[in-house]
Amino acid sequence: MNIPMSDLYVLLPEIFVLTMACIILIVAVYIPKQLMELNYHLAQVTVIGAAILTLTNLTESSSIVMNNMFIHDPMSILLKAFIYLITFTVFLYSRQYLRARDLYKGEYFVLSLTALLGMQIMVSAAHFLSLYLGLELLSLSLYAMVAMWRDSKQASEAAMKYFVLGALASGMLLYGMSMFYGITGTLELQKISEVIATGKIENTLLAFSLVFIMVGVAFKLGAVPFHMWVPDVYQGAPTAMTLFISAAPKLAAFAMLMRLLVDGLQGLHTDWQGMLMIMAILSMGLGNIVAIAQTNIKRMLAYSTISHIGFLLLGVLTATKEGYSASMFYTIVYALMSMGSFGMILLLSRAGFEAENIDDFKGLNERSPWYAFIMMILMLSMAGVPPMLGFWAKWSVLNQVVASGFVWLAVVAVLFSVIGAFFYLRIIRLMYVDKPEDLTKIVVAADMRIAISINGLGILALGLFPQILFQLCMNVF
Amino acid sequence: MLVLSHFLVLGAVLFCISIAGIFLNRKNIIILLMCIELMLLAVNMNFIAFSHFNGDIAGQVFVFFILTVAAAEAAIGLAILVVLFRNKRTINVEDLDSMKG
Repeated sequence: MNIPMSDLYVLLPEIFVLTMACIILIVAVYIPKQLMELNYHLAQVTVIGAAILTLTNLTESSSIVMNNMFIHDPMSILLKAFIYLITFTVFLYSRQYLRARDLYKGEYFVLSLTALLGMQIMVSAAHFLSLYLGLELLSLSLYAMVAMWRDSKQASEAAMKYFVLGALASGMLLYGMSMFYGITGTLELQKISEVIATGKIENTLLAFSLVFIMVGVAFKLGAVPFHMWVPDVYQGAPTAMTLFISAAPKLAAFAMLMRLLVDGLQGLHTDWQGMLMIMAILSMGLGNIVAIAQTNIKRMLAYSTISHIGFLLLGVLTATKEGYSASMFYTIVYALMSMGSFGMILLLSRAGFEAENIDDFKGLNERSPWYAFIMMILMLSMAGVPPMLGFWAKWSVLNQVVASGFVWLAVVAVLFSVIGAFFYLRIIRLMYVDKPEDLTKIVVAADMRIAISINGLGILALGLFPQILFQLCMNVF
Repeated sequence: MLVLSHFLVLGAVLFCISIAGIFLNRKNIIILLMCIELMLLAVNMNFIAFSHFNGDIAGQVFVFFILTVAAAEAAIGLAILVVLFRNKRTINVEDLDSMKG
């Protein structure tokens, strides 16, 4: 089996990230403690380098390389670009928090970079094998990251739950893959879709296999009824890890959904439409309603994630190109908002103190009007209030749902969003109306202050000009 | 004479046993890890059977990858288990209930 050089050229970003992860692993073992900063700088150089390599190899059409394992198309480039952006910012946000908890070590960066590599592979998967390996590389790194805070009871408990349920999901997904392999005789997504298109295969058999694939994907996304791990992991993991899990892997999970359902199983869309519809309604309902009862802000944001996942599924279930772009737009916007919100929690935490209760946000306006303002933008955007970016994300998805003729579904989605707005607005009320209980000065490094301000203002600015980001998502399908 | 369906039934039975084990087991986390391994092996059985009867080698190659990933998964799972035991002094599934809401 010969692999031409031009194939390796397409894979350069992945090769680069892998090499750098190995280098950081060795460097982290041998450098003295005073030079720990080097790990951070190397990790950031890796992300920037990978971004440059990806963005210098743009393409309009899609090509499949490496013996039909790896696809290079506009969608993968756009998603990878945002994954790099988010990973870069996550490293920046986590710095202070990790240092205060003695977690600022080489392992964190190595695991994050292997997770990044897993996401890159998932986004570009054109074959069941590359999809599975990318997914496992991401998941295994995440399990280890959650467990990294060795002295925390909650973190190790969360890691165990995440591990068991994640492995169960992988098993389900694999069982589905093995059934599709048996039915169609191939592992390549494109060929599977060709075989299904011939219509010679019995539909019950395909639907049976599809169920397993859907269960696996739903677990990874955190859609109801496979959401049990989300709140516990978000709450128990160290906040820096929650920040990582909540942002970039959602883009990878979206890519996995698209690769499997659209690239591979488009022919079965009547079957998966119904399943997605049930999961979307349940996710939006449960996520928004249960979030109201939470007092822990990380847990609240976990339920809010579940509801956002429900919204994301709405776009995909229309099974139209416009729907997919709207969904992709929604996922990117969600990842940016989630990054900002968990960034704010990191910002309010300090050595020996976790700002994880909603009450810790009380009177933030008196302590620091600027951070209160940024948090307000983020919460309004999550709630979907115009003119924030979150509003346009919801609007574009609903638009496609209505255009596909599911008016009732759009009404249900809007109703749940209105219920959901309550708990986001509650945080704004706490910040602006209540008196602060904790008067400690908020000390933030300059780079993080700038980054979180750009994050918040970016959501406002892009909300005023939503066409920029939306057009990017429209162009890839 | 063994036919494809025998292997598929065996795979399905193993898969069901492992799922049942994960949901019914309330005592010991190590049993959960064993069930996860069993589940991956059940999938392997499926892949090999299809690969053999379809005359396509790709399924067997996939199995090698699954075995490797399963080994890595077991390593991480046991490592997490050790950390958990150090912190909580128990590996009882029912004691994993510190987070609610």
